[in-house]
Amino acid sequence: MAKSTSSDAQMLIRSLRTAYAATPTNLKIIDLYVVYAIVTAVIQVVYMVIVGSFPFNSFLSGVLSCVGTAVLAVCLRIQVNKENKEFKDLPPERAYADFVFCNLVLHLVIMNFLG
Amino acid sequence: MGAKAENGVKPPPLAPSSFPFPFLRTLKLKTKQQELLIRVSALALIYVLAFAVRLFSVLRYESMIHEFDPYFNYRTTLFLTKNGFYEFWNWFDAESWYPLGRIIGGTLFPGLMVTAALIYRALRFLTFAIHIREVCVLTAPFFASNTTLVAYFFGKEIWDAGAGLAAAALIAICPGYISRSVAGSYDNEGVAIFALLLTFYFFVKAVNTGSLAWGLASAFGYFYMVSAWGGYVFIINLVPLYVLVLLITGRYSMRLYVAYNCMYILGMLLAMQIRFVGFQHVQSGEHMAAMGVFFLMQVFYFVDWVKYILHDPKLFHSFLRITLTCSISVGALALGIGMATGYISPWTGRFYSLLDPTYAKDHIPIIASVSEHQPTAWSSFMFDFHILLFLFPAGLYFCFKRLSDATIFIVMYGLTSMYFAGVMVRLILVATPAVCLISAVAVSATIKNLTRLIRTKSKASQTGSSKGTSSLKASAKASLDQALPFQRNAAIALLAGAFYLLSRYAIHCTWVTSEAYSSPSIVLAARGAHGGRVIFDDYREAYFWLRQNTSPDAKVMSWWDYGYQITAMGNRTVIVDNNTWNNTHIATVGRAMSSYEDEAYEIMQSLDVDYVLVVFGGVTGYSSDDINKFLWMVRIGGGVFPVIKEPDYLVNGEYRVDKGAAPKMLNCLMYKLCYYRFGELTTEYGKPTGYDRARGVEIGNKNVKLEYLEEAFTTSNWIVRIYKVKPPKNRW
Repeated sequence: MAKSTSSDAQMLIRSLRTAYAATPTNLKIIDLYVVYAIVTAVIQVVYMVIVGSFPFNSFLSGVLSCVGTAVLAVCLRIQVNKENKEFKDLPPERAYADFVFCNLVLHLVIMNFLG
Repeated sequence: MGAKAENGVKPPPLAPSSFPFPFLRTLKLKTKQQELLIRVSALALIYVLAFAVRLFSVLRYESMIHEFDPYFNYRTTLFLTKNGFYEFWNWFDAESWYPLGRIIGGTLFPGLMVTAALIYRALRFLTFAIHIREVCVLTAPFFASNTTLVAYFFGKEIWDAGAGLAAAALIAICPGYISRSVAGSYDNEGVAIFALLLTFYFFVKAVNTGSLAWGLASAFGYFYMVSAWGGYVFIINLVPLYVLVLLITGRYSMRLYVAYNCMYILGMLLAMQIRFVGFQHVQSGEHMAAMGVFFLMQVFYFVDWVKYILHDPKLFHSFLRITLTCSISVGALALGIGMATGYISPWTGRFYSLLDPTYAKDHIPIIASVSEHQPTAWSSFMFDFHILLFLFPAGLYFCFKRLSDATIFIVMYGLTSMYFAGVMVRLILVATPAVCLISAVAVSATIKNLTRLIRTKSKASQTGSSKGTSSLKASAKASLDQALPFQRNAAIALLAGAFYLLSRYAIHCTWVTSEAYSSPSIVLAARGAHGGRVIFDDYREAYFWLRQNTSPDAKVMSWWDYGYQITAMGNRTVIVDNNTWNNTHIATVGRAMSSYEDEAYEIMQSLDVDYVLVVFGGVTGYSSDDINKFLWMVRIGGGVFPVIKEPDYLVNGEYRVDKGAAPKMLNCLMYKLCYYRFGELTTEYGKPTGYDRARGVEIGNKNVKLEYLEEAFTTSNWIVRIYKVKPPKNRW
């Protein structure tokens, strides 16, 4: 039983890896950015757990800037991905411009909230 | 009504001869341009109509601020324009809630004041020398006009341009909205409904297009709503509920992901910039639904993506099992720990009483005492909505026939807001845009179908006469021709009926606005014996007496209803006001009003009170006076100080002020202050002296003697009475 689940898990991981290798490079870059942002957020949360959450607005603004930019990057990936039929009319320049503008607003608000 | 006929029906070539606007023909406009001109002119007229219908009280009385809460908003706007935004944002007010003071900068919703100040600045920049009070009075009608524009675009998004026009026209005069947005009603809701509809419109547009730009716009709309009104909790709960419904029914798409995430993250961040809201988006139980749906969405779409790249369903099932168990356990654990440790605060009383309407009556008498918080009667629904009440289910039917992301949203908005409108009278306001939009769908679809019936009949009769080759076709067309005349007449009759209903709606709305919702409530009017109008301006008379005849640091004790007006117009320090943030302080005042004079004197000494203000309607028959509110003072006071017991003031459970009243009632401070010297006054011909016209009885204790207070001022119709607290007696 345990052997089948572990072999199942191995097969799962292997097939995930092969499927993921097929994605185009620009999407992989975006995914890397998302992973980087999430890792930064996790580091901040761990730091908060060790040191304490005062001042809370700074902690929130740090974590939310990471989560926010990760989410916006995922939205960009969705809009740029050629396999999404809903977005085939959207030029990738427009998607990128939206991404940059939203990030700008996000970071302006974060800078105000940082305290 | 050519405006309602849409691009689906091209007019036959004989159209120009039947077109009722000959001058348009001379302009040689194409059909599309004619339609655009009609649409734009209709919208412009609706815009002006929405503004004009709200001006009754300005024309009848004068341009002044109404009610109670708007006076606080006016005072803060005045402060903002005089002292600038930094002082406003960090304002600590020592003039209310003496001796505690109030951190105004951190406990108000600044949207309304900032909006009015910006409009004022803009007008001043264009060298219109206008007073800030005029701007404040007319802010609400201006934003009501803007709401009609947003309703047009929203209707266009949900259904088509005809529904948009109908929605704009319906919401321009709907009494449910007018009640809180007349000229002079300078309150948060006037701006908040505009912000609400704008946020919903931007969000629906974002879901329909999947564009990050519209999501950002909806986040800004949400920010404006959070800055304007506490009712933003409705948005932050409705949108996640909508997302959940779409996820469950399988109508989710990538556009939904983009729209919701952009709005949630940016909206939450922007909302936390308002000091009053603070960290509630991550700490309060009312906002947890949005966060839960956010995390659910991440998991859901991640699983969906994995399913897409993995082409093997068996592997995917095992993956699904692992992730589901992990995420559900983590989520439940986090929620459980959060609620158990109290980090995530439970729903506050104000919003909990919406889910459980009996909660406030048993536990929080202050919330229960406000008249706007009572459950709604059917007559209120009919009064505020008229024909929209039965057009609403009709519109729901049409929406269900053509389900899309946008119609699902408006249906959910309509149903949830109708539930809340049933729980609390005040929330009819929130339901009004949804009811207007859904009814507009019904109106537009019905009229479109009827006009199409009329038009295709004439078209088919023409084509039938020109074609008609085979006998089969001829007989079929013949039968069709025979059925046509009755259908056409029926369609015309139904159309006439529809227009009759709409015209009755317009008449009803205008009548309701004129009779019920245009009174400033600070100035009372009545009909004299010969039919002429009599104005009672006693409130302002008393407040200006206070302003001109008392020392600048005098403290005034009154019931919390009048606090804002006293600080705004009388410019004196008050003990409690309408903000009702400190229940014990209000209970202290309630206790003072319901005690005997000597006990009350001790309480008043401890609070440094110089003047006491009471409102008395016995001479004029004004029924919203302090004697009628007295039992609430007893209940609130008794809620904190058990020495005040409500049965002491009642006789056999009945509240009386005449000879048979309870002895504690006849000698408490409120009774003495209201009826001082009243026993000598004849109020009505043929009745004995001391006849109270509001209660309809002769009072019990006519010989009121005051030991620790003396009468300072009584207004000309005895509505407001002010007493001075005497300093303690010399010891020898």
